[in-house]
Amino acid sequence: MNIGWYLAVSALIFSIGAGGVLIRRNPLVILLCLELMLNAANLALIGFARMWGNGDGQIFALIVMVVAACEVTVGLGLIVAMHRRRLPIDVDEMRELQG
Amino acid sequence: MSTVIFFIAGIGAITGAIGVIALANPFYSVLALVGHLISLAALFLLLRAEFVAAAQVVVYAGAVMVLYMFVVAYVGREAAPLGQTPGRAATLGAFACGIALVVELFIAVLGSGLQAIDSAGAPYTAGFGTPAQIGTLLLTRFLAPFEIASYLLLVAAVGAVTLARRRGALDAGIEGDAPTISFMDVMRPRPLGTGTMAEAGGHAEVEQ
Repeated sequence: MNIGWYLAVSALIFSIGAGGVLIRRNPLVILLCLELMLNAANLALIGFARMWGNGDGQIFALIVMVVAACEVTVGLGLIVAMHRRRLPIDVDEMRELQG
Repeated sequence: MSTVIFFIAGIGAITGAIGVIALANPFYSVLALVGHLISLAALFLLLRAEFVAAAQVVVYAGAVMVLYMFVVAYVGREAAPLGQTPGRAATLGAFACGIALVVELFIAVLGSGLQAIDSAGAPYTAGFGTPAQIGTLLLTRFLAPFEIASYLLLVAAVGAVTLARRRGALDAGIEGDAPTISFMDVMRPRPLGTGTMAEAGGHAEVEQ
């Protein structure tokens, strides 16, 4: 398969993730949509690594996976903290920082 | 053969992604993401990234998704009624933004002057994408990012524990006096019933 096909799949997945961030209000699902976008970027990186024939893009993808794991950990910790304080699990209700 | 596998895995990945944003129950969203990640690992294998595909299945579809499952099961009662989508205008606006993003990315990526995009990539050399090559790169050229990533993981783990612990800074408004954390807290014996799974599971009224 040509590399362009992989990049097309990557673009579709990224757009689905971005649309999900706009549509959904549950922070858990928004975190899942962020994962979708990071994975789309990973697919593009690995496609480009295959295109060039060296492993740098694959290292980049691995580091992106590490950063995604950190983001998930902190995000889920925030959601658990919201739950402990009996705050609504809804991003539209969390508007105290708007002033 | 690789064409058939590409279309099966690609359609699986896109279907999983749509399932993540379309399913009302967050539990099913997580399951759809697991399917998406496994399809994506098949695409990685087609691109000769064996180690990254294995790490994707083990780390993402295994460990990270289990973490999601625990949190969904923990906060699930509150999250369930919020499954309905917002108003029609917001949904249409999000669809329009998504389609505009697809068109923009297609123009940017496929319309670029990269000539190798229309080829199957560089000629395959033995050892490309194997754990040996990844390990060699991580410990020679990319040693600094490797070490920084481990520090980042440590900071994230400590931060998550600090955020989600029961008598943390976030509970200061409820408790009245702002609790502070000091080195002596580690030495002091903790009150009965704290720091256990029973406390995290919602039986905290016992100790108050």
